[in-house]
Amino acid sequence: MSFFADPITFISNWLNSLLTNWGVPPGWAQFILFILGAGALSLGAMVFTIFLIWLERKLGGRFQDRIGPNRVGPWGIFQTIADMLKIFTKEYITPWGSDPVLFNLAPVLAMAAVLAVWAVIPLSSTVYGSNIQIGVLYILAVGALGELGVILAGFASNNKYALLGGFRVVAMLISYEVPMALTLLVPVMLTGSMGLNDITSAQRVWFIWQAPVAALVFFIASIAENSRAPFDLIEADSEIVAGFNIEYSGLKFGMFYVADFLHAFTAALIFASVFLGGWRGPGAELYPALGFLYLLIKTAIVYFITISIRFSLPRLRVDQVMAFNWKYLTPLALVSLLVTALVDKSLPAGQGWLRLGGLLLANLVIFVVADRLVSIYHRRKNQERRVVSGPRPIAVTLREKPAEPVEVES
Amino acid sequence: MLHEWLYLVIFLTISMFIPAAAIGAAALLSPKKPSPLKNSIYECGIETVGPSRIQFKAQYYLYGLLFLIFDVETVLLYPFAVAYNRLTLFAVLEAVLFVAILAAALVYAWRKGALEWT
Repeated sequence: MSFFADPITFISNWLNSLLTNWGVPPGWAQFILFILGAGALSLGAMVFTIFLIWLERKLGGRFQDRIGPNRVGPWGIFQTIADMLKIFTKEYITPWGSDPVLFNLAPVLAMAAVLAVWAVIPLSSTVYGSNIQIGVLYILAVGALGELGVILAGFASNNKYALLGGFRVVAMLISYEVPMALTLLVPVMLTGSMGLNDITSAQRVWFIWQAPVAALVFFIASIAENSRAPFDLIEADSEIVAGFNIEYSGLKFGMFYVADFLHAFTAALIFASVFLGGWRGPGAELYPALGFLYLLIKTAIVYFITISIRFSLPRLRVDQVMAFNWKYLTPLALVSLLVTALVDKSLPAGQGWLRLGGLLLANLVIFVVADRLVSIYHRRKNQERRVVSGPRPIAVTLREKPAEPVEVES
Repeated sequence: MLHEWLYLVIFLTISMFIPAAAIGAAALLSPKKPSPLKNSIYECGIETVGPSRIQFKAQYYLYGLLFLIFDVETVLLYPFAVAYNRLTLFAVLEAVLFVAILAAALVYAWRKGALEWT
């Protein structure tokens, strides 16, 4: 295997032979390689975040018709490095009455939970951290750990805004875990394994074609898990002034910040691995370095959509967010799970294209029916509301009478 | 197989260690000048009234309970999903029945108004 076809395996083999030549026993050589690999992957992910923060600020500027960072270095690319250096030298302020252990543990947990997901994602056909058989379950469990970090931050800060942010985490992030877990069941069902390597290599046809509804629900739930713009109730600046991280300063705040940006990219990475075929593409088995490129392109597309949603949609109210989850996404995820199970079982086995067509058709039917139900629900609700609403006068002068509510024809 | 778990343990340790080390390094670099005013709780510039960790709203607790039900359900469904390719149609119908019972729980919570934000 040459260096250009598969650089990571090449370097790892070279290091392994080097260590064995030095007289290190094979077990210890493996152990040292594991430590080096894990360190390189997690450090690389953190350093990559510096680029991601710049990218998101620049793109956000473009979406909102601004220039974005443009002073430090070409296109402002060193802006984040300058910010990092500054945040490193900022004082830690521990508020009066806070719980010191939990207060310091929370940012570490939030960051570690995002980093830990990278351990199981296959980056190409030969390069992956760990090929455990319960990869999907591991991702869900580790994601819940990050929520625990945010809850701890809200509770330990001894601040009512932070506590409110923590409450909202309990309500929102935890609720959106339900459709996320339910939709991840569909690829597991189609593959017959929970390992992410198996899921990726089973996708001769991408799972987004066999389960588009599940992919859509998973995408929305992963944006909400990230507490990004239409769902950014947890750190709503204009309501609860940044919520759970209000009392944090210096690099402790920086850890929450980095974790947030890295989480957005990681969510796109999981989506690309589970629904868009991961590293699969023409020639990716022969030249694993190409697999990196395919995965990066797919992830970048999903990430770009996430950012564009973040910068174009306004924030929802808390009751709307909860109703959207429990009354729409969760039933939709349940129905899509059941329909996939039944349709896939009732169609004759062995005929790949027939199953693909059947699943796609069933998903389209689910989507259209769900859409009709929601519009019927809204029409009924608007009829109830019409009695109360109507043009209201902003200021009433003495001469004019307030306008009567006008009946609107639907 | 044991190697994979060893790698996972190493990775988890390192991913906890790196943020902790960064925070510790920044603690060495940063100035330390606490004062009572600086360490007071940040709330609109007015001093906090009463304890901060208060009971707030029971609705959050209801959502927590619902989450517990559905998360346990989903974890129980994962073995079914892994074995799905080897199952007969009858076994799949049993799983459908299992999900339907829990969907009935969702409908019950909905009708009782547990999902309304009041």
